Amino acid sequence: MATQISAAVNSTVTTRSGIKPGLRIPQHPPTTARWGVLGLRFAALSYLAACVLIPLLIISIAGLREGLDVFVQNITRPAAIHAIGLSLWTAGLMTALNTVMGALTAWILVRFRFPGKMLLNALVDLPFAIPTLVAGVMLVLLLGPQTALGGLFEHTFGVRLLFAPPGIVLALLFVSYPLVVRTVQPALHQLDSDQMEAAYTLGGSGWYTFRRVVFPAIRPALLTGALLSFARALGEFGAVVIVAGNIPMRSQLASVYIYGQVEAGDLGAASGVSVVLLFIAFALTFWVDWRERRRHA
Amino acid sequence: MREVRPRLPIHYLLIGIVAIYAIALVGIPTAAIIGGALNKGIAALVMAVTAPDVIHAFEVTVLLAVGAGAFNLVAGLLLAWVLVRHEFRGKQLLIALVDAPFVISPVIIGAVLIIVFGRGGWLSIPNVPIAFALPGMMIAVIIVTMPFVAREVMPVLAALGPEQEEGAFTLGAGRWYTFRRIVLPELRIALLYGLALTFSRALGEFGAVIVVGGAIQGLTETATVYIFRALDDRNTVGAYGAAIILAGLSVILLNVIERLNRRRLSRHTATSGAASE
Repeated sequence: MATQISAAVNSTVTTRSGIKPGLRIPQHPPTTARWGVLGLRFAALSYLAACVLIPLLIISIAGLREGLDVFVQNITRPAAIHAIGLSLWTAGLMTALNTVMGALTAWILVRFRFPGKMLLNALVDLPFAIPTLVAGVMLVLLLGPQTALGGLFEHTFGVRLLFAPPGIVLALLFVSYPLVVRTVQPALHQLDSDQMEAAYTLGGSGWYTFRRVVFPAIRPALLTGALLSFARALGEFGAVVIVAGNIPMRSQLASVYIYGQVEAGDLGAASGVSVVLLFIAFALTFWVDWRERRRHA
Repeated sequence: MREVRPRLPIHYLLIGIVAIYAIALVGIPTAAIIGGALNKGIAALVMAVTAPDVIHAFEVTVLLAVGAGAFNLVAGLLLAWVLVRHEFRGKQLLIALVDAPFVISPVIIGAVLIIVFGRGGWLSIPNVPIAFALPGMMIAVIIVTMPFVAREVMPVLAALGPEQEEGAFTLGAGRWYTFRRIVLPELRIALLYGLALTFSRALGEFGAVIVVGGAIQGLTETATVYIFRALDDRNTVGAYGAAIILAGLSVILLNVIERLNRRRLSRHTATSGAASE
């Protein structure tokens, strides 16, 4: 049906602008349809506004409506500062590790044929399917102080995994693993093998080839993936709420702090920290976007 | 890039590093939770996950997922249509906003809904329960899963181009008829794909629903909230069992998604092949 119509149309009218003279085709829809178009647009944009803009507006108003000094007081409470700081550095460390391991995983998956590749692919996708809370449950089960692994680390190396930064970083790594892999993979697929092999045969070492040919090609995808991991990790709740625990000034992350403040009825404090988190995430996104655009301009 | 067999020792080393990393990070924890659920035997597991509160929690979860899926399917399609087909100022900025819910923490979405609809909230209406009740949780899940359908549909709609629609329209087909017979069939797989992603995300949603719903047992307790409580109560078999069921549902959904995606890709290559002939 569709092809019949398009074929029929192609024989008489080619494109939107290329209308044959003599054919009477309404250039503008009648007024009733015009209202229909505006109605559709209004409904669609209301949906977008209700899901994104209005929540951002509400949290900003709630955080700032009692004045800037109250906002500053709210976000400079020791527990709030500690929570934001912990969220930032654990998310940053995770992003660094995830970017390296994600890029390496993507490279292996694109470049090499080896037994067990299907299984590796499935493992990479699994964190997308597993609810983040369940990921947290898994790590508690594996790393708790009563378990073999948790006990080993605690008694032998004196390193606490659970309710401490190592556990937090692991939980964030788990939930973010597919993000870098799946953004870098398409960029690697498009990479020209000939270019790479040429660099290699002309005497460039493997490392040189990577640095001069592969890395520049996958740089934008790598940045996008890293940024996405970082922004997601800043707001992550399910995976870290059990793994990190809820000990203020010790292992309490910003998202868990917000949750605690809402539960305690202190919406001003919850909104204040939310505003800080959102500001960091959006500012970083826009900054990277702007820098990338300037590079390509 | 061409796929090759590993030749050098360094290749084997890199593959080994990645394999160990993936198994340690993802494989072992997954195996551990399955082991943990079966620790006290299958009978205990079945008992734990068929308790009335667990079944109720799963009912709430599925209800929220179905509701959010249905709503976002229609609204997401509409949004994609307007953002791709209509021309107006500020469109590029709005397109960038579609992905924003991925960056906004679900806990923050929950906090926003409590600010608006909670006790003493800006819009709280007496006797109309929104916060600490299902309507508020439904809104939360709809917001959190908002991008999936729209961002799946937008590229397909853009690739489709308006020519066929305009053709059908000029030949006298009504707008609705054109949409139903020309556009919708082309979008079917993208819509299903977006719906499955929405569903999978909604099943696992936790931060937003615990904040808005208030974790009231037997009322606003979803499967994830149940898992959280069961862990607190040291009911490990119940927690791990419910976690496996939830993860299993999502994995099945993801497989459906994969299959759909492969079908879409093969269809895409088939049509582009036909065009080049």
